[in-house]
Amino acid sequence: MSTTVDEMARRTGAMSSAELAGGRESRATVGDVTCANPRMVCRDVDVFYGSTQAIKGVSLDIGKNEVVSMIGPSGCGKSTFLRCLNRMNDTIDGCRVTGSIKLDGQDIYDKGLDPVPLRAQVGMVFQKPNPFPKSIYENVAYGPRIHGLTNSKAELDEVIEGSLQKAGLWNEVKDRLDKPGTGLSGGQQQRLCIARTIAVSPEVILMDEPCSALDPIATAIIEELIDELRANYSIAIVTHSMQQAARVSQRTAYFHLGDLIEVGETNQVFTNPKHRLTEDYITGRFG
Amino acid sequence: MSNSHADGAPPKRTIDVVNASLKRRYARERRFRLVGLTAVILGLTFVGLLFADIIAKGHTAFVQTYIQLPVTFEAETLDPAGTRDPETLARANYQAIIRDALRSEFPDVTDRRGTRALGSMISVGAPSHLRDMVLANPDLVGTTREVWLLADDDIDMLMKGHINRDLPESERRVKDQTVGWIEQLEAQGRIEKRFNTIFFTTGTSREPELAGIAGALMGSFYTLVLTLLISFPIGVGAALYLEEFAPKNRWTDLIEVNINNLAAVPSIVFGLLGLAVFIAIFGVPRSTPLVAALVLSLMTLPTIIIASRAALKSVPPSIREAALGVGASPLQTQMHHVLPLAMPGMLTGTIIGMAQALGETAPLLMIGMIAFIVDIPSGFTSPTTVLPVQIFLWADSPERAFVERTSAAIMVLLAFLILMNLGAVLLRRRFERRW
Amino acid sequence: MHSSTLLIIVLGLMSLAYYVGRKRAIVSAGGAGRISTLHSLPTYYGLYAALWAGIPAILLMALWTAFQDEILVTLVKAELPGSMLEGLSPGAVGLLVNDIKNLASGAIVSRVATPEMQAAADRFALFSQIAVWAMWLGVLAFALGGMAFAWARTKPQMRARNRVESIFMVILVVFSSIAILTTLGIVLSVLFESLRFFQEISPLDFFFGTLWSPQTALRADQVGATGAFGAVPLFTGTLMVSAIAMLVAVPIGLMSAIYLSEYAPRRVRSWAKPTLEVLAGVPTVVYGFFAALTVAPFIRELGMSMGLDVASESALAAGLVMGVMIIPFVSSLSEDVINAVPQAMRDGSYALGATQSETIRRVIIPAALPGIVGGVLLAVSRAIGETMIVVMAAGLAANLTANPLDSVTTVTVQIVTLLTGDQEFDSAKTMAAFALGLTLFVVTLALNVIALQIVRKYREQYE
Repeated sequence: MSTTVDEMARRTGAMSSAELAGGRESRATVGDVTCANPRMVCRDVDVFYGSTQAIKGVSLDIGKNEVVSMIGPSGCGKSTFLRCLNRMNDTIDGCRVTGSIKLDGQDIYDKGLDPVPLRAQVGMVFQKPNPFPKSIYENVAYGPRIHGLTNSKAELDEVIEGSLQKAGLWNEVKDRLDKPGTGLSGGQQQRLCIARTIAVSPEVILMDEPCSALDPIATAIIEELIDELRANYSIAIVTHSMQQAARVSQRTAYFHLGDLIEVGETNQVFTNPKHRLTEDYITGRFG
Repeated sequence: MSNSHADGAPPKRTIDVVNASLKRRYARERRFRLVGLTAVILGLTFVGLLFADIIAKGHTAFVQTYIQLPVTFEAETLDPAGTRDPETLARANYQAIIRDALRSEFPDVTDRRGTRALGSMISVGAPSHLRDMVLANPDLVGTTREVWLLADDDIDMLMKGHINRDLPESERRVKDQTVGWIEQLEAQGRIEKRFNTIFFTTGTSREPELAGIAGALMGSFYTLVLTLLISFPIGVGAALYLEEFAPKNRWTDLIEVNINNLAAVPSIVFGLLGLAVFIAIFGVPRSTPLVAALVLSLMTLPTIIIASRAALKSVPPSIREAALGVGASPLQTQMHHVLPLAMPGMLTGTIIGMAQALGETAPLLMIGMIAFIVDIPSGFTSPTTVLPVQIFLWADSPERAFVERTSAAIMVLLAFLILMNLGAVLLRRRFERRW
Repeated sequence: MHSSTLLIIVLGLMSLAYYVGRKRAIVSAGGAGRISTLHSLPTYYGLYAALWAGIPAILLMALWTAFQDEILVTLVKAELPGSMLEGLSPGAVGLLVNDIKNLASGAIVSRVATPEMQAAADRFALFSQIAVWAMWLGVLAFALGGMAFAWARTKPQMRARNRVESIFMVILVVFSSIAILTTLGIVLSVLFESLRFFQEISPLDFFFGTLWSPQTALRADQVGATGAFGAVPLFTGTLMVSAIAMLVAVPIGLMSAIYLSEYAPRRVRSWAKPTLEVLAGVPTVVYGFFAALTVAPFIRELGMSMGLDVASESALAAGLVMGVMIIPFVSSLSEDVINAVPQAMRDGSYALGATQSETIRRVIIPAALPGIVGGVLLAVSRAIGETMIVVMAAGLAANLTANPLDSVTTVTVQIVTLLTGDQEFDSAKTMAAFALGLTLFVVTLALNVIALQIVRKYREQYE
């Protein structure tokens, strides 16, 4: 399958530059981009890296207590879009975002808006586990400490235990909280990073292919975890695995060359895709 | 952010806590940034201070005070026999005609002390200047000419304002009487500052006004040429072997670790090596460019080897494969293809190594480069000193006038170093290639 | 009859050999049109001949020059009347030999020449003359012989390229061993003299003695007739100056590295960084001058105006200036390690809502700490070994003091002072310098090894 992905990526890459040269308008999205109870509302989002446009007019809602998955061939812009949602793109030189992205009604790209509190509300888990070179305890304590979320050591201990428990890591590490976080296995490291994110009690959690560097057993544990986290958080997850999207998400968005092609209930998208590109992708004709 | 959506949220929302402490955190952020900026500014200030200080101290050394006197080349003193024999002329008492010239300029000075004070206004190098004039043109004998004579360093310092005329007389090297004469000469336009050619054309001297950097400069030149001749082939050869041919084993690992450590050995230790091995065992003559170059070569070798290896590493393997693929031997591959591509990087490293060698002082003190040598060296084995050591020696001299000479010598040294480093940067820019 | 003339002649012979060898190869192949029957290109036959002409001759010349003097001196000494050498210390014999040599070359002699000395000098001059002639003959014979040998060997089947290449390979191996030889030379030369020193002065006294006064007395009944070689004041002085230097260099170097790599706009960075690095290219003697003539008087006046007693050559002045010198060293090493911290660490921290300074202080610096420590250790080693600044600005008084306003002396200063006076090579004073050199070498080597190890481990962690 991977060769097909590569091939397709190459082919689509060639296509995209040809299309860009022709100044193609963005494609209309099939399906309903809105949801009943939205936490984040994105409308007509364009992202440019220098002069290249990576995202073209994407609109999408992320609802409360739901998991939205974003799928598509590599280079389709799904990670870029995800990184817009907590302004992680700010750290990349030459990246420009237009359109509106609102969190609880507030435009997060508003001039006066500060990304620091925003990121406390919209946490992020990365593709490769990136624990800090500190102890397990300090890794989880990092967020609460910098934001001053707790007033006492006891309270902090409580938050850390709670976060590690929610991340399903507590039983494995409770006896070695002072050991370095980098000493854990890949799957444990990723759960540690999730615990680190939860410890700040954000409202939205963004996950950028959180299982791509993990083995199947670790992946299964994390998928289970994502499902449990849905009770308290809004979750947007980028994944290259359709099975994963089908297992963990309620709604699915299919990206292609910077366009959002189709959005819908996960069941519907996978069983009855409306757009031909989505269908081709789902059925494995490419990607 | 708005709080309107606080639906079913826990009693304490993260965002509220975050917002509450945000001001304090940003204050800390600004402070941290300010500390960083201060550090950079401090560093830059040091650069500025260093250069400003040196230039302020040294720029005056490029001119020198001269005093114009009507000198009578009396035949009786210079050539009593009237033969115009060059040998007689060369041995004549030119001091006397300067004394006479001063006396006729200041006829009211008659006492012994006054005369001596008068004489000390003129440099002790002035008589030999007059002698050279006469030898070049014997017809001067018997005539009177206006001659610009080099002033003594104290007068020079007075004219350049390094001796404060307002100080009480007892605290200043130039006494009131002399200041009076100088003012008189100034009023007559008989005192002038001219471009200091002596500084660039003579060797060192105990007399500041006669001291120049030519000897040290030539010493540095010979030393550097020899250092380059020794260290460049060896450095490039060693790098070539270690990077391209050497098997990866304990021995080459040892060499590698060893080179990295040698690069960090204090330079003075190389001086000890030079003293104990080159001078004491091999009998290389002290104080010569030869021994200095041997020591400096060993010192700069690690720099050149490390830079050359980096340059070789940056040549992509595909080039080697292409050459080997058409049947070139490994050595031909290196000589024809890899080495030319790596050469700019190697040269850059070598220039930096040479700049290091040019500025190095400490190890040279051990191998006799601090000898007091007036002559300008003529070869690789003639005794000499080098520019940085000359700076060290002058900095140690008590005369006020040496301060400006030292600073001027530093300016010359820095100019050479800046040129070399600029050359290295340009070379890198010109040939920098991304594969 | 200068030996560089001989060298030039040999080089000339080499190019002649190249030409002849090349010609011979072409001829032996049967003319320029049949070069393809040769095993290698004609050039290689030429190189082969040139190497045979040059290498043995130059080797002979090098060995000859290295040992001629020693052999001649031994010969001349053997013929000196025994009465002249009787009861003379090795140093005095050295002086005598020197005088004989000077007499032979017509230079100034330190004593009135006796007839015996004059005779010895004449002999020395004669021997030298013969030796030079013999060397010329030998070297030229070797060069021509090598050329003839190569000429005889040049046949179309000879694998000239392979031979030339293996000779080159040997040369390359020799070149790369020079680094090892240098280290060996340093260790042996320093160790040898130090051992002799420790035979006279016990290592205990040296390493733990608190009185340093290396002036050996002229008369036996003078106080401290053998000199005192307690190096503790030197060590404390070195430590104090280095500590002051690090107090200046580490905060400024580290903070400017952080500012330049994390905060500064690209334009500011592109000129501020090279400007700061100018500090690294300034020769140490310039810093010494700056310290002695500008900083030290300034500190002295400042101290006096505050009612403090400041020595004119204070540890503070030397340390401050040394710190300035080390700033770019610390900052470029720190910048390297800071840049080596993966972006993922920064991302992880920003994604939690950390500000930039929080990310730097709580994530990047802890992550880069081993690398920074390694860099600082390298800087310490550099500070300890720095010579010119302290020679010019720290002074000679071996004070055992903790007051940075006092004058102190350092290991390197003492090495320079002990070795730049006019003394015999093997007096206790000069040997003491080598013992100090050994200490300096061992300490800086240990620091370097540890530091390079730490930095390497750190690099591997993120690769």
